[in-house]
Amino acid sequence: MDLLIQQMLSGLASGAIYASLAVALVLIYRSTDIVNFAQGEMAMFSTYVAWQMVQSGASYWLAVGATLIAAFVGGLVLERVVIRPVEGRPELVIVIVTIGLFILINALAGFLWSFQVRGFPSPFPARNIALGTLRVGLPTLGILAVVTLVVGALFLLFAKTRLGLVLRAVAEDPGSARLVGIRVGWMLALGWGLAAAVGAVSGILVAPVLFLSPNMMLSVLIFAFAAATLGGFESPLGAVVGGLIVGVSENLAGTYIDAIGADLKIVVPILIIVAVLLVRPHGLFGHARVERV
Amino acid sequence: MTAHAAPVLAVRGLHAGYGPIEVRHGIDVDVAAGQVVAILGANGAGKTTTLRALTGEVSTRGSIRFDGAELAGRSTESIVRRGIAHVPQGRGTFVNLTVAENLRLGAYLRGRGADVGDDLLRMYEYFPVLGERQDQRAGSLSGGEQQMLAIARALMLRPRMLLLDEPSLGLAPLVTRVLFEIIATINRQEEVTIVLVEQNAHLALAIASAAYVLEAGRIAMTGTPDDMRRDEAIASAYLGYGV
Repeated sequence: MDLLIQQMLSGLASGAIYASLAVALVLIYRSTDIVNFAQGEMAMFSTYVAWQMVQSGASYWLAVGATLIAAFVGGLVLERVVIRPVEGRPELVIVIVTIGLFILINALAGFLWSFQVRGFPSPFPARNIALGTLRVGLPTLGILAVVTLVVGALFLLFAKTRLGLVLRAVAEDPGSARLVGIRVGWMLALGWGLAAAVGAVSGILVAPVLFLSPNMMLSVLIFAFAAATLGGFESPLGAVVGGLIVGVSENLAGTYIDAIGADLKIVVPILIIVAVLLVRPHGLFGHARVERV
Repeated sequence: MTAHAAPVLAVRGLHAGYGPIEVRHGIDVDVAAGQVVAILGANGAGKTTTLRALTGEVSTRGSIRFDGAELAGRSTESIVRRGIAHVPQGRGTFVNLTVAENLRLGAYLRGRGADVGDDLLRMYEYFPVLGERQDQRAGSLSGGEQQMLAIARALMLRPRMLLLDEPSLGLAPLVTRVLFEIIATINRQEEVTIVLVEQNAHLALAIASAAYVLEAGRIAMTGTPDDMRRDEAIASAYLGYGV
């Protein structure tokens, strides 16, 4: 029983990391209908920026803060420079552009920092604390706390602020948003900046666990896709719930199903994606779209 | 305001279209400040495209001068910033946002001023049903209520000119009559110039001081509502009776 609960808890921690990258994917998708395949690589690149700052002697928290700001600006600039020119083109064109970004950022990170695997500091002490009969790692609790904080802040931004209202309006109907005078293009860029910063959090959280390398986010991105698909791809809350479900089921499958074990865990998100698309394509929190033709 | 005053909106040789397809063929329109101008015409005559051209939503050639400034070629956002509010056909409300959120977005360009709250209350006076439903999702309103919301949201901009595209579309006759009375009231009380595109020529002429008839993308006739009613061809085609 304890093993089950412990596995679920550590599943929640990895699920929270998937959730944060999934939220980044959803932030961009709901406002632009673009699935950003480069989201993971943007997060990886941001994490290298933090690593570089720590290497140069900056304190961990200063490096993290500066990285989040840099990621925000970077996301904003990427949208203006790379995505803007293909706005309104067929989906396939935009998908190819984000895949191109993926390859470009991956190669650039390899060029700048080499493909050598490096350690990355964790802000959470590697100790366990006892909760009754359970022993829970502080990093597990820390990751859950950070992601809760980020998602909570996003919720407040969207639900309680004027900017959040404007972002929701743009996501719902860009044409009507223009008619009330909103500069939609800049709001879309802002969405990319926000998504890049949230993605950077997931990179910084995952790096101490998976170690830092240009390919670090590959599997995380697949788990995040599963989480976002499960959540319906347009609901940030859905992405969080989806992330936690994916994390827990991945961990439980790895522990209890011998045929899967630690090596084949990556099968789990792919099965989830296929199952959701077959049974409920709009996910748990999405709305079925009806299109007249 | 007389029709001899310099027009607040002067359209010259306007061509508009969607990509390579041109649906408007060089039209001239003058609108004096404070007027209600009706644009009449059959389905597909180019009425909606004309309005969309005014707010930069379709590609255009020709000149659109509003209050002396050239609008042709500007983005929709910057045209709206000059005080032109457009209520599109099909209303264009944000159906997943509440009534109050829709109205606050209407005042987006005015920042956070306290008078935005006063305007909100004034809209609830024009349209009491919106006040009762301020926390409901716009998508849960009836067609007539959504049309009222769309007009109220446009007024929250405190526009100098209001473009209304088929406000009667899909509404019951009784609802439509009430709506047109409110539109006439708004024209007087808010001192806002109104360009009204409408298939229901009777209703439109009742509140307009000038009218244009579009046929196949060209202006077929210009005049006062009385001119329109007296013209046999117009009366039989759009008003349903011959003289």
